[in-house]
Amino acid sequence: MAATSNSENGNGNGKYKVIGTRPIRHDGLDKVTGRAVYGIDQNLPGMLYGQTLRSPHPHARIRSIDTTKAEALEGVRAVVTADDFSPAGDDEVISLVEGVFRLTHMRSNILAKDKVLYQGHSVAAVAATNIHIAEEALRLIEVDYEILPYVEDVHEAMREDAPLLHDDLTTEDFGEDTGTKSNIASHTQFKIGDLEKGFGESDVIIEHEFKTASVHQGYIESHNATAEWKTDGQLTVWTSTQGAFGVQKQTAGILGIPVSKVKVVPMEIGGGFGGKIPVYLAPQAALLSKKSGRPVKIIMTRADVFKSTGPTPATYVKVKIGADKTGKFLAAEANFAFAAGAFPGSPVWAGAMCVFSCYSFPNALVDGYDVVLNKPRSAAYRAPGATPVILATETIVDEIAEKLGVDPIEIRLLNAAQEGVRRVDGVVYPVIGCRETLEQAKAHEHYRTPLNGPNQGRGIATGFWVNAGLKSSATAHVNEDGTVNLVEGSTDIGGSRASIAMQFAEVLGLPAEAINPSVGDTSSVGYTELTGGSRVTFATGWAAYEAAQEVKRKMMAKAAMYWEAPEEEVRFEDGIFLHATDADKKLSFKELAGHLKDLGGAVVGSGTVDPDYGSGGSFTTCMADVEVDPDTGKVTILRFTMIQDAGTAIHPSYVEGQMQGGSVQGIGWALNEEYFYSEGRMQNASFLDYRIPTCFDVPMVDTVIVEVPHPGHPFGVRGVGEASIAPPPAAIAIAIYNAVGVRLRELPMRPDRVLAACLEKLAASH
Amino acid sequence: MGKKLYINTTINGEAVEFLCEPRQSLLEIFRDHLGMTGTKEGCNDGNCGACNVIIDGVLMNSCLIFAVEAQDRKIVTIEGLASPQGLHPLQQKFLEHASLQCGICTPGFLVAAKALLDQNPDPTEHEVRHWLAGNLCRCTGYDKIVRAVLDAANVAPNTETSLQSSN
Amino acid sequence: MATVWIPPQMQNLTGGREQVSVEGATVREIIESLEVVHSGIRERLCKGDRLKPTIAVFVDSEVSPLGLRQKVSSESEINFLPAMSGG
Ligand code: FES
Ligand code: FES
Repeated sequence: MAATSNSENGNGNGKYKVIGTRPIRHDGLDKVTGRAVYGIDQNLPGMLYGQTLRSPHPHARIRSIDTTKAEALEGVRAVVTADDFSPAGDDEVISLVEGVFRLTHMRSNILAKDKVLYQGHSVAAVAATNIHIAEEALRLIEVDYEILPYVEDVHEAMREDAPLLHDDLTTEDFGEDTGTKSNIASHTQFKIGDLEKGFGESDVIIEHEFKTASVHQGYIESHNATAEWKTDGQLTVWTSTQGAFGVQKQTAGILGIPVSKVKVVPMEIGGGFGGKIPVYLAPQAALLSKKSGRPVKIIMTRADVFKSTGPTPATYVKVKIGADKTGKFLAAEANFAFAAGAFPGSPVWAGAMCVFSCYSFPNALVDGYDVVLNKPRSAAYRAPGATPVILATETIVDEIAEKLGVDPIEIRLLNAAQEGVRRVDGVVYPVIGCRETLEQAKAHEHYRTPLNGPNQGRGIATGFWVNAGLKSSATAHVNEDGTVNLVEGSTDIGGSRASIAMQFAEVLGLPAEAINPSVGDTSSVGYTELTGGSRVTFATGWAAYEAAQEVKRKMMAKAAMYWEAPEEEVRFEDGIFLHATDADKKLSFKELAGHLKDLGGAVVGSGTVDPDYGSGGSFTTCMADVEVDPDTGKVTILRFTMIQDAGTAIHPSYVEGQMQGGSVQGIGWALNEEYFYSEGRMQNASFLDYRIPTCFDVPMVDTVIVEVPHPGHPFGVRGVGEASIAPPPAAIAIAIYNAVGVRLRELPMRPDRVLAACLEKLAASH
Repeated sequence: MGKKLYINTTINGEAVEFLCEPRQSLLEIFRDHLGMTGTKEGCNDGNCGACNVIIDGVLMNSCLIFAVEAQDRKIVTIEGLASPQGLHPLQQKFLEHASLQCGICTPGFLVAAKALLDQNPDPTEHEVRHWLAGNLCRCTGYDKIVRAVLDAANVAPNTETSLQSSN
Repeated sequence: MATVWIPPQMQNLTGGREQVSVEGATVREIIESLEVVHSGIRERLCKGDRLKPTIAVFVDSEVSPLGLRQKVSSESEINFLPAMSGG
């Protein structure tokens, strides 16, 4: 195991030439000069501007929609509603990696058919010659609604007498349809060992309930799509997405056309964090383009981004843990419900898998429920499902440690998950780095540095995310000057062109700068799953590795041809092609590339992978120092350290960047961020009222990269995108307790909640 | 909708003319009419800083400025930071410090940071954080952005760039 | 024989047993063998000749992208879990 702190300037790790260094990213120049073209920047000749009309009601039946006045407005070129979908759309179930969804649900989320299920649910879309006319036209559309009772609380939605959102929704119980009509879409259960026995033998048992509010991914670029549907039936979509092939699959499915008719061009993307996996606008823009005969671009307003897209589910989580006198965990039980929003598909499986994933629990039971209610359909958000359940487990672990008088790191080390431990979902861990992150925490100067003031406290917590594998593709072409064009299928959301190119370069002994990486569209690169699941550097990097291996083999054959020698006599070492017996015959990659014009066809290498995944994952441990203002309840983060097992860090700066970004999102989730609802309507749909952390709210975030290589990956990469968001709220809750002696079990830990808890404690002590 | 108005302004040192409606924002003119999409739109309501430009030396959100207000002003946008001789030190430091992930907030941060360094060439970390609090970044956690700005402050700006900023 | 961990929600089909050992060289054969002893299992896991889209199979602790075609050995441990991934 190796560990790199961001205070050391890692310059390679000795084992590799390119991996572990910090080259400037290939797309950096375009992004610091404003030249990079994002989805919102797409402009086409003759392009129209679209906007969407959305429901003001949380639950209502659509009696009629009258669009005639809007159509008559000068400058309006098309208006569409759900009636414009082809009538024979299927109801297949499609997998989007972050979940599986029914096409009918996806279609009615794009344009509501008979009912609107949440405030912000789209009912019609308009295309006009400019955005202002489109907005005026929306006001001219008359929708006759019959208001229905709504439900916005997860427990109320689960009751038998709750208003039902869908006439055809029944509860699924692992492959079995219970047949009961309900807002409970599914139930997930995991179980190992003998729970009663485990609790029976426990000396300490602690149980609490926790709640978290919906939070938004908060990407700075709004959703957008530009579509051109030509009369030959060929549809092209330019959009910011985490996965072009996913947009192709969804758009084709929703519109009822073959995927071969849809080409998706992934533009530069301004953030996603899970929220840019589902489509919202591409099918609307496509229908508008078909009707108007012109390309149509829609940029969602920021208010609509909040009201209509991707929050996380609000959650209710109950956790109970039993331990013996030494602090050894004997049993654990969790019961939770996630508010999926208007359509099923919240990450219940992930919550169930993550809740006890950091430790060895010989006996455990988890029950999770996916519940629909009248709020926007939730979407994945960085380590979906993990943060709320880890908050519960880690807070209780801290209470057990306190009760037994055991050091909080020692109790975690005593129980830490490691190779051979069976997780509650039944799978057995391979080599993982949980323990290593805790050991780094224990050794860290932060852990030993005393706090220096009243109302200050330190909290430590551990988290996990599973990480995905899945399909990725890359194709390389060798240029005559010895550089290589590398086309890969993963949208670059945070420097992944560089980390993929570096893995390619490593194989061929080339500098990172000799590779020109680009992201292909659905017609120019092999199938590649989304940028998400912490999988890009892992899987697309692996595809690039395979492509590089093929280039290497072909270049060796070319060297043999050049020397007119048998292929067996060529070796490749340290970036140089060598003749086995004739020491004078030596060619660098660049020299050999210069001879390619006389050596037959071009050298092209490609790689496609679909690696297994599911049990390695990445662990994080973080430490937070806070100060609580006893008069206002405001919590200030004084110091923050994030430690993560990266397997192998390809480009340490971007690994640190993921860790720092996830940490600050976790801090926002812990302290500020929340959807406020009143009468079924979101009250804070702007960046002013939905407050994500600014740079004034947070300190520098120290990082320690731990490297416990992934045994399956050619370079040992694990993927680092998500696990850093899991432990910060727990660490901060624990730090607040250590500062002022109150336990908060509801996110966000707003000043008023902290203050109320402090006052309650004060009252109780009198 | 009113008649279009004729506006005459200076953008990145060059005289620019355009026609606009009274209701159009300066951001809309840049992005939809002048082909200058380097200035980003994140919220269109003054809360993210992605659309930052410098007008007569003052940092502004261009989504909150009507295009007609550009008459006779001197405007600096992200496209005006680099010169043919090279990048502005801030741009160079953002690259070296890996201060961008998705990069959508980057033009706004660079323009805002330039406005800061133009008036306070040697800011403290606190001053940098205070100044940049109007710019949202969801990817980086701000650590590497703040480091890059502090580092850039230590580099003497190249003459070409300071020429541009005095335009 | 390979060991199959039966999800708790399917243990009603196995008389409460959480592990069953059966013969089979692929996941498909494993499910067929299970079906012989505990009928109803195939219908819970499969739709046509595929696993249901909501269900994933883990062989020796790794999710298999090959589904029913995944080869298993006599030492293998098999888990059926909800289909998954990340954001
Ligand atoms: S777009 Fe102007 S402040 Fe956000
Ligand atoms: S780099 Fe993505 S928002 Fe700042």
